[in-house]
Amino acid sequence: MSKTKRLLAGPYLLWMIAFIIIPLVMIAIYGFTDKTGAFTWENVIAMVRPEHLKALWLSLKLAFLCTLVCLLLAYPLALILKAGGVKKGSFVVMIFILPMWMNFLLRTYAWLNLLDDGGILCTLLENLGIARFSIVGTNTAIVLGMVYNFLPFMVLPLYNVMCKIDDNVINAAKDLGANGFQVFWRVILPLSFPGIVSGITMVFVPSMTTFVISDLLGARKIMLIGNIIEQEFSTAANWNLGSGLSMVLMIFILISMAALNHYDKTGEGTSF
Amino acid sequence: MEKPLINLVDISKSYDGSIVLDQLNLKIYENQFVTLLGPSGCGKTTTLRIIGGFETPDEGKVIFDEQDITHVPPHKRALNTVFQKYALFTHMNIGENIAFGLKIKGKSKSYIQDKIKYALKLVNLEGFEKRMPDSLSGGQQQRIAIARAIVNEPKVLLLDEPLGALDLKLRQDMQYELIRLKNELGITFIYVTHDQEEALTMSDNIVVMNQGYIQQMGTPEKIYNEPENAFVADFIGESNIIDAIMIQDRLVQILGAKFPCVDEGFGTNRPVDVVIRPEDVDLLKPGEGTLDGVVSHMIFKGVHYEMEVMAGGFEWLVHSTDMFPVGTKVSIHVDPFDIQIMNKPESEDEEAVGVNE
Repeated sequence: MSKTKRLLAGPYLLWMIAFIIIPLVMIAIYGFTDKTGAFTWENVIAMVRPEHLKALWLSLKLAFLCTLVCLLLAYPLALILKAGGVKKGSFVVMIFILPMWMNFLLRTYAWLNLLDDGGILCTLLENLGIARFSIVGTNTAIVLGMVYNFLPFMVLPLYNVMCKIDDNVINAAKDLGANGFQVFWRVILPLSFPGIVSGITMVFVPSMTTFVISDLLGARKIMLIGNIIEQEFSTAANWNLGSGLSMVLMIFILISMAALNHYDKTGEGTSF
Repeated sequence: MEKPLINLVDISKSYDGSIVLDQLNLKIYENQFVTLLGPSGCGKTTTLRIIGGFETPDEGKVIFDEQDITHVPPHKRALNTVFQKYALFTHMNIGENIAFGLKIKGKSKSYIQDKIKYALKLVNLEGFEKRMPDSLSGGQQQRIAIARAIVNEPKVLLLDEPLGALDLKLRQDMQYELIRLKNELGITFIYVTHDQEEALTMSDNIVVMNQGYIQQMGTPEKIYNEPENAFVADFIGESNIIDAIMIQDRLVQILGAKFPCVDEGFGTNRPVDVVIRPEDVDLLKPGEGTLDGVVSHMIFKGVHYEMEVMAGGFEWLVHSTDMFPVGTKVSIHVDPFDIQIMNKPESEDEEAVGVNE
């Protein structure tokens, strides 16, 4: 029996080895060697170069901002959806997820069209006589694009965890004398914490590492850490440096997620 | 006359056009164990939720301690609820669960600690303060839910099918536990259940409900022995409900045979329903009783034998500790005080309204 079970894990195991383990090992090999193949710490230490630190710091700031905006948008929505009943809720959630059915790149290009100089927003503002300006190439545009792309990843876990909260638990809190705010603060918020943790993880990680959104909506003027790594691999063709920086970024994210999960006492969070 | 603690006046409630409660009137007095009993959809839980404040009636008033609380939100009502599936706060340990209501009321730490100890002792779970709800069995969780409610010293404890999720043995233990708790606390319990045995075991008073109407109110003995209509008779225990004619005071004709009874005031030659409990049917030798018949089925039930006796064209349900094998010729005898006479309902509607006036 256990033998059959082990066999069933086979395809995934193969997949994992081929596309996760081996690439990771390769990144490690590239990261710790120079172009001649000799061992070096150079590529890893390169993260502390001012231009890299600056990009990392900006990535951190924008990812934090994006996560915060997503949380502030999604949490009240999840609360409202819960209050409105599951049937209605699922429909609204589907509307939120609907954009995910379209290609990520297409969606980002659409935003470029909306926000660009001569784009829809720009033309509209100009025709209204307000001003002619474009926010493409600014941090705002990047955060906007990230929020748009990653919001569903915040809505889903929050909505799931909210639906799991038994109405009678909320009624019990009211019954024991808690007013609306106390019910939220002492019961709903702590019970939804696993959803918050996994929502943050699922939004923070991709926004921390994105390079497509910053490339398009940042008009190649704004360098996030993702863009730097991407350029090392493509234009600069320095795989060693790219791998080294990738490793540092990976460890950085691992540490921040571990810290976050530390607060998820119940262990219900579905992060990682 | 003693003033009622809770008085429901002309309560009506409907959901999406279907009526759940229709002009319900109910008085509940202090220090009583009152059970709302009925099949699912009879309006018993809605009644409880209206008392608890989780539903607002479309019409009517809820009077609590002589004050109109119809529109008072639940957190301002001096009563507490024990919910069906415990509804414990899974992110808090047992101590914190019990302390919830007291913390909100701003009680002192030492007072809260004393209360937690007292409540855990009351429900026989001393030393459980630091445990998490998930690590407790269903029965233990339900005790904690009760402890969490009673530390707030409510005048009334509302219990919404609290034993529904427990297995039979545990349920029976908890029934005794609840009676003991009620006597120790000296407060009013309002208990909702669809389990007639539970209701008979625990209650001082039972309110039998069906289709949004109260069918009958009274002590368990009264409800069981003197059901006011066929629904109550049928819902509370097993019974033989038979068409009959009240010939005169203290004489009723059942399936062609004349049975002496103790009821008066139904007039003469009036069609009625009679209820005879299976354990009240005595089986005698043929010719010695009032109505002769033949045993058609027999099952051993442990405490007694359950038999069906074909007599007068009706299949009588009989419980007896004596065995009468299938095919035995018997004669049915019923003691006069074991025959319960009920007015026939003129229509389904009247049957429901009947006792509600």
